[in-house]
Amino acid sequence: MKWIFSYLKPLKVRMAIGLSIKILGTVAELLIPFVLSHILENVIVTQDVGKIIFFGVIMAVCALVAGLGNIIANRMAARVTMIFSSAMRRDLFSKTLMLSARDTDRFTIPSLEARITSDTYNVQNFVGMIQRMGVRAPILLLGGIAITLLMDSALSLVMIATLPLIFIVVYSISRLGVPLYTKVQKSVDGMVRVVREDAQGIRVIKALSKNEYENRRYDTVNRALCKQETKAGTIMGIVNPVMTMLMNLGIAAVVAVSAFLVSKGQSSPATVIAFMQYFTLISMAMMSLSRMFVMFTKCAASAGRISEVMYAESELRLEEDDGKGDPSVHISFEDVSFSYFGKKPNADRVSVSLKKGQRLGIIGATGSGKSTLVKLLLRFYDLDSGCIRINGRDIRSYTKDELTSMFGVALQNDFLYADTIAENIRFGRDISDEDMIRAAKIAQAHDFISAMPDGYSHILSAKGTNLSGGQRQRVLIARAIAARPDILILDDSSSALDYKTDSALRRALAEELGDSTVITVAQRVSSVKSCDLILVIDEGRIIGRGSHEELLRDCAEYREISESQMGGAFLD
Amino acid sequence: MTKKDKTVQRKKRGIFLRLSRYVLEGWALFVPAVILTLLSNQLSLMGPRFSGAAIDAIGLERGVDFYTVSLNVGIMIFCYVVSAALSYALAMIMIRLSQSIIYKMRKQVFEKLNTLPVGYFDTHATGDIISHLSYDIDTINSTLSHDLIQVMTSAYTVIGSLVFMWQISKPMILIFALTVPASILFTRYRSKKVRPLFRARSKKYGELNGYAEEMLSGSRSIAAYGRQEVISERFNKHNKEAMDAFYKAEYNAAMLFPTINFINNISLTLVAVFGGILYMYSQSGAVLVGSAFFITLGGVAQFVQYSRKFAGPINEFSNILHEFQSAFSAAERVFRILDEEPEPEDSPEAISLESVEGNVEFDDVTFGYVPEKTILKNVFVTARKGQTIAIVGPTGAGKTTIINLIMRFYDVNSGEIRMDGIPVKDIKRADLRRAYTMVLQDTWLFYGTIYDNIVYGKENATPEEVYEAAKAAKIHSYIESLPDGYNTLLSDDGVNISKGQKQLITIARAFLSDAPMLILDEATSNVDSRTEIQIQDAMTELMKNRTCFVIAHRLSTIQNADTILVIKDGAIIEQGNHEQLLRAGGFYSSLYNSQFS
Repeated sequence: MKWIFSYLKPLKVRMAIGLSIKILGTVAELLIPFVLSHILENVIVTQDVGKIIFFGVIMAVCALVAGLGNIIANRMAARVTMIFSSAMRRDLFSKTLMLSARDTDRFTIPSLEARITSDTYNVQNFVGMIQRMGVRAPILLLGGIAITLLMDSALSLVMIATLPLIFIVVYSISRLGVPLYTKVQKSVDGMVRVVREDAQGIRVIKALSKNEYENRRYDTVNRALCKQETKAGTIMGIVNPVMTMLMNLGIAAVVAVSAFLVSKGQSSPATVIAFMQYFTLISMAMMSLSRMFVMFTKCAASAGRISEVMYAESELRLEEDDGKGDPSVHISFEDVSFSYFGKKPNADRVSVSLKKGQRLGIIGATGSGKSTLVKLLLRFYDLDSGCIRINGRDIRSYTKDELTSMFGVALQNDFLYADTIAENIRFGRDISDEDMIRAAKIAQAHDFISAMPDGYSHILSAKGTNLSGGQRQRVLIARAIAARPDILILDDSSSALDYKTDSALRRALAEELGDSTVITVAQRVSSVKSCDLILVIDEGRIIGRGSHEELLRDCAEYREISESQMGGAFLD
Repeated sequence: MTKKDKTVQRKKRGIFLRLSRYVLEGWALFVPAVILTLLSNQLSLMGPRFSGAAIDAIGLERGVDFYTVSLNVGIMIFCYVVSAALSYALAMIMIRLSQSIIYKMRKQVFEKLNTLPVGYFDTHATGDIISHLSYDIDTINSTLSHDLIQVMTSAYTVIGSLVFMWQISKPMILIFALTVPASILFTRYRSKKVRPLFRARSKKYGELNGYAEEMLSGSRSIAAYGRQEVISERFNKHNKEAMDAFYKAEYNAAMLFPTINFINNISLTLVAVFGGILYMYSQSGAVLVGSAFFITLGGVAQFVQYSRKFAGPINEFSNILHEFQSAFSAAERVFRILDEEPEPEDSPEAISLESVEGNVEFDDVTFGYVPEKTILKNVFVTARKGQTIAIVGPTGAGKTTIINLIMRFYDVNSGEIRMDGIPVKDIKRADLRRAYTMVLQDTWLFYGTIYDNIVYGKENATPEEVYEAAKAAKIHSYIESLPDGYNTLLSDDGVNISKGQKQLITIARAFLSDAPMLILDEATSNVDSRTEIQIQDAMTELMKNRTCFVIAHRLSTIQNADTILVIKDGAIIEQGNHEQLLRAGGFYSSLYNSQFS
């Protein structure tokens, strides 16, 4: 919740001005009934038309000040809300992208999405509302109490005595309310997840005629969400009636006490009547406060969820390099072990070193841990033990930018987005047209792209669904090599290419990117057989290493894989 | 009024009517809610009367009448307690009413989504779709639960006050004949102006959500390339647009309430001034007792009281009008999905398939996703029961399109596809699709256990069948090695499972199904070749007695197919089995021979 203030801080001048205008408008508005009763009680009896009109003009002026003040103040409030929430959402989004892979896994994408959309909206709503409604009620409340205190402090104290009670009720309900609304938002996560999955898997769902099943699956989360909201509403619904009731019981007590005071001659019935008028004002203020309070609870729950992300220990820490590395070695894995869940190792004492320009192939069965090695090299995760060095320096001693700028990566589950092909290759980097086209040519993508009527400005649909699997992979490879990276990683990124294209790709890579160290993760022997060094991985361990020929001779598993692929892939 | 305005008008009324229908359908809660509101209003109005009586008893000339005071105080306490209980009951009813309405809305929207053609999902951002179900429906919800009843019940206050004012002074009512239409006109004028702004606000918000969803899905790649800042910049562009739309709507809507309030205050002023003047003339005798212009001081005071009561709800209404506006544009978006053209209904004469042989024919089929661009031209294909049809050709040639047509995700532009001699457009879609099982290159698994994901293909399968399927797909022992085995939860983008393993799970899903036809679209592209060979026997078993459509690049699968279709540039350029095509010496044979060069 506190972080909200740090966002409002730069806006404090604007808010102070808006607030002053709002107070001015509110005071002018509260003056209207005073002037009105003055006219009724004192002016009309004078039978002076001029005086009546004079006070009428005062009323009109008050009304004008109130109207203009409210318009200006509300507009300023909207501006503050706009600036506040765009800053909040911007920071939350960029922070979300900065989260470590482990944190992203922990939060899950649907939940991160709900936080960026639904939760920021709740906070935005509250910040907007509190500026619009948060002035009048306190003025009425404090002003009302002050006036009643002046009028009759004894009676006023009777009423004030109910305030601690109200405070206790509000406090204890807010203790209950925040976790309840947190649960509501958690149910929103669940709903987002189902809708997202369905939008992505609509073909499978329709193919299997699983509409009914999906409807049921959605119904479960829909019901859960309604249940949580009802539950939260049931608790929060107590606030308003109890607040009003306590205030009203205060009134009853005031009347009872005043009976004694009047009988002792310490008060007068006229005071009591005036007192009641103010009391009505005060209880109206209380009602509006109670509504704000409900929204506050909702906002606090969402703010909590946002700050979980905003203040997550996301950045993998920069560590001091121990200086033990050999700078002439480009990439080295030294006894690297890692496990996602701390149970089975996904990388088990892996050691390997590469010179600049060397080509490394990694091959192994589905789920053997090939991609894990790539993720570790990119520092998506930190190691459990061992060390990975680039140019002799521990990768943990590189800043994020230093590290990523060395790589060009085509990952297994890589992503294309709704924009032009050119932009998908550039990926927001400053890459010249020549470099882009050169990359597309190496990636064997130039021909099919140029064959499109609008060439590189062809717009892809989300996730690139208007390209075939092979085309998608080639665009991704073009992206990976466009910036002439020191290290190129191709993680199973040519599986959908036919042999001819694949070998043309390998040839082009060898010719054009001779200086880059290339790491190829693949299932096909043909994709790795020209590598200088090939690792065979099984259950996170290296079970064979050497060149294609050496492995064919020495490694039974490799031989088996190779034989299984005779006749291999054929067509795109 | 132009024609366009009229449609807009009709549409607007339509949205209001449709929204009220949801409320009225919940009449069992709605009616008690209205009654409770009236009751609790009445009780809270009665409170002051008893306090008045009590105060009167205090202010007696002969001293304080403690008995009457305590009696009235007692009644007051009773009223307030009951009123609090009623208003809590009302809150409970309201939350249930609004929850039941949005539950129904969300359900309808989601179920509607499932009936929409596949093309809808190809052209709409997932995040925007989600936005309809979360942001838009939430917006409707907050209006329904807070404001609706309030507005409805305040109508009686307005009318009641008007009647009283009429009785007190008819000429003074004329003031309202001036200010009330002014309020109404102004409200109408303003809301017409802000309506498109609120519509834009909802739309921009949806776009923002769409962009956020898309980019979050690619967060890994963005991290790998260190592109966080650039992407955040772009997100921020959408963010700015959405917030600008928010600001514009708020900025313009901010005028409404204070202006209406101003008009009301002016009418109050006029009442005071004219009331005062009329009273003066009444006192001086210029206006006679019995004349419509005659008024007493008490009358003026009362008139003022009632005019404040009268103005209250109008003020209140204009205050929440802008919430109504955003609810309206949200509702408009929700209804637009509900009105979206679904996949055309199966015609009433649509045939349900009892048992499927599995003969598929393409008869002169021409198709394009957009009219300007034909993907398939005059295609003829015949697949007999149990045959395997391999589809090969360069990427983008239309291989997947054939699958889309067989499954009737899209309908042909001309020509006909027949299943067992029946045109597919005459077959119930669900039946047609149930006749197929498929494994696609883009594996799709949902959040749930591995077991649930496999059994998805056949809900009534026994655990043994599931294990058998997993064994056949060579994924059983891996699953068993997981700490939670088949109960392992597959989370989206989960790190615990590779793409190849995901594919094996979808293959296991296909094994479970007893559909007579099979579609394999690069089904094993992410599976390593050793595993692929291990599951080959099982795949052969799976394909036996089934009509299969296979898109693959591995020679072994293609070589054994009964018919190979070579597709290039939207046309089938060669058709035949492996030997025939080699002998023909065309495109296929050149591709085939290229691997030996």
